[in-house]
Amino acid sequence: MGHDGINQGRRNFLIGATSVVGTAGVVGATVPFVGSWNPSAKALAAGAPIRVDIGKLNPGDILGPIPAWRDRPIFVVHRTEEMMSRLNSMNDRLADPNSAQERQPDYARNETRSIRPDIGILIGICTHLSCSPKFNPTIAPQAYDSEWVGGFYCPCHGSKFDLAGRVYKEVPAPTNLEVPPHFFESESVVVIGEDGEVA
Amino acid sequence: MATMQKSLQNVMNWVDERLPVTETYEKHLSKYYAPKNFNIWYIFGVLSVFVLVLQLVTGIWLTMNYIPAGDRAFASVEFIMRDVEFGWMLRYMHSTGASAFFVVVYLHMFRGLIYGSYKKPRELIWILGMLIYLALMAEGFFGYLLPWGNMSYWGAQVIVSLVGAVPFWGEDLAIWVRGDFNMSEVALNRFFALHVVLVPLALIVLVFLHILALHEVGSNNPDGIDVKATVDHEGKPLDTVPFHPYYTIGHDLPAIVLFLFVFCAVMFFYPDGGGYLIEHPNFEPADPLKTPELIAPVWYYTPFYSMLRACTYPLFGMTAKFWGLVVMAGAIAILFVLPWLDRSPVKSIRYKGKASKVFLTLFVISFFILGYLGTVHPTPMKTALAQLCTGIYFAFFLLMPWYTSVETTKPVPTRVPD
Repeated sequence: MGHDGINQGRRNFLIGATSVVGTAGVVGATVPFVGSWNPSAKALAAGAPIRVDIGKLNPGDILGPIPAWRDRPIFVVHRTEEMMSRLNSMNDRLADPNSAQERQPDYARNETRSIRPDIGILIGICTHLSCSPKFNPTIAPQAYDSEWVGGFYCPCHGSKFDLAGRVYKEVPAPTNLEVPPHFFESESVVVIGEDGEVA
Repeated sequence: MATMQKSLQNVMNWVDERLPVTETYEKHLSKYYAPKNFNIWYIFGVLSVFVLVLQLVTGIWLTMNYIPAGDRAFASVEFIMRDVEFGWMLRYMHSTGASAFFVVVYLHMFRGLIYGSYKKPRELIWILGMLIYLALMAEGFFGYLLPWGNMSYWGAQVIVSLVGAVPFWGEDLAIWVRGDFNMSEVALNRFFALHVVLVPLALIVLVFLHILALHEVGSNNPDGIDVKATVDHEGKPLDTVPFHPYYTIGHDLPAIVLFLFVFCAVMFFYPDGGGYLIEHPNFEPADPLKTPELIAPVWYYTPFYSMLRACTYPLFGMTAKFWGLVVMAGAIAILFVLPWLDRSPVKSIRYKGKASKVFLTLFVISFFILGYLGTVHPTPMKTALAQLCTGIYFAFFLLMPWYTSVETTKPVPTRVPD
């Protein structure tokens, strides 16, 4: 017993028990508030896979950023023979030439980061701060690179990627461009947003 | 006449017995004793409150016509600009007010910095002030998305994706903040709620506490003299004057008038501030598929944005982007502990030694250079300069315990010099 007839032990126990139960209640009550910030059913449905017709895409051209998946611009690059032959000519300037980091499905972890060597499929968002890089296939010195052999250049902070979306060294972007899950439904139709049966 | 005064007094007595109106008026105005040596630097606190009220009122009026919907937000701002009577003026008051808010708050903070107003016993005033500054930055960021212009969109995109630099949970956290896989109307709606309800409420509470804490310990002054140490026989500090009417009428009212001259000049003649107050790409609607050529935040964030971009090397297995986030957050966090970094026996720069003056000058120059660099395209030279200035920014704070304790200070007089 404490002074003035106060049972201090009992008081401490009651304060402790009330605090524990109260805290649990407050934590539980935050669930709906935090949860309501998650993507809604509508946003999830809008993130469904898309079908892209690449039948009319000529070698050297790019489809994009018009087909968008989950509101993110998609680049579909049809690489020419020459582009493909140059792809691995300057791997020493790339930060992750062998795609060691998981920025692509396993079936795209190869030299061209694609299922078909000629068709590259990338999410057109810079891995630095999410700007959309610009496609520049010219093989000529550029203001931002005197040995430019074609690729993607991000105008926001100067990140550079090659035609397989592999990031250059010494630019702000930390990783290669992401390759979305995709598969070829037929010779000219690619489905983006879903892995194929073979994967 | 006498009877009228008497009945007025009776009404006041009746109220005072139920609500401490007279007591509060005396404590915070007519008997709040402020040092008599305030100079021009002491107008920015009052001006901050003035701009806060301006922003609250114009903001409420803007919500009456603004629609936070992805397909209508941009059009509703144009509607305010063209079709709502005086809509253009309310909007320009609000957009100019946002920049004005940061101007007066930066100057107010600088005042605290040079006269040591963060030092004991005013540490809590400084911390509350820093929380206000943080809330203000959040308020500006959320508000900038609302016009749903292309720079609104991409600026928010860049800053939200910064969350993605958090290890392990980054990507999921960014999706949670956006409520979608990319910036969309979902983010617009929640930013609207935060901008018009949550952050303003927090700001009002913080400003209230900031002033309450100030009135508890009393104002500092340009000489950093403890005016409460010398009092007359009634206990009133000798080197002070009552805040009202000496400072309210003699000091702050003219300041507000002067401020309004400048404010109106900008609002009526340069509302976009040459692209610094309202950036030009923001006159195009938001387009998720078209990045502006240069994404630069509004001027009041650019020093910190430069520091973010200055981090270009991965270190200790973490990405450069992650370190950018750490440096940017650290640059703001370090301001919170300033009261404990300054070991000087004196408060004001007037009595501090040479080292403090040199470091402060370098700090201010670096802050301005960083601010400029944040508005332009990065080049290798500019990035190197930003790295140097970031180093100086941090050196100013991290070396402070050293240079403030070894330098020779001048003796501080006990009375305010005439």
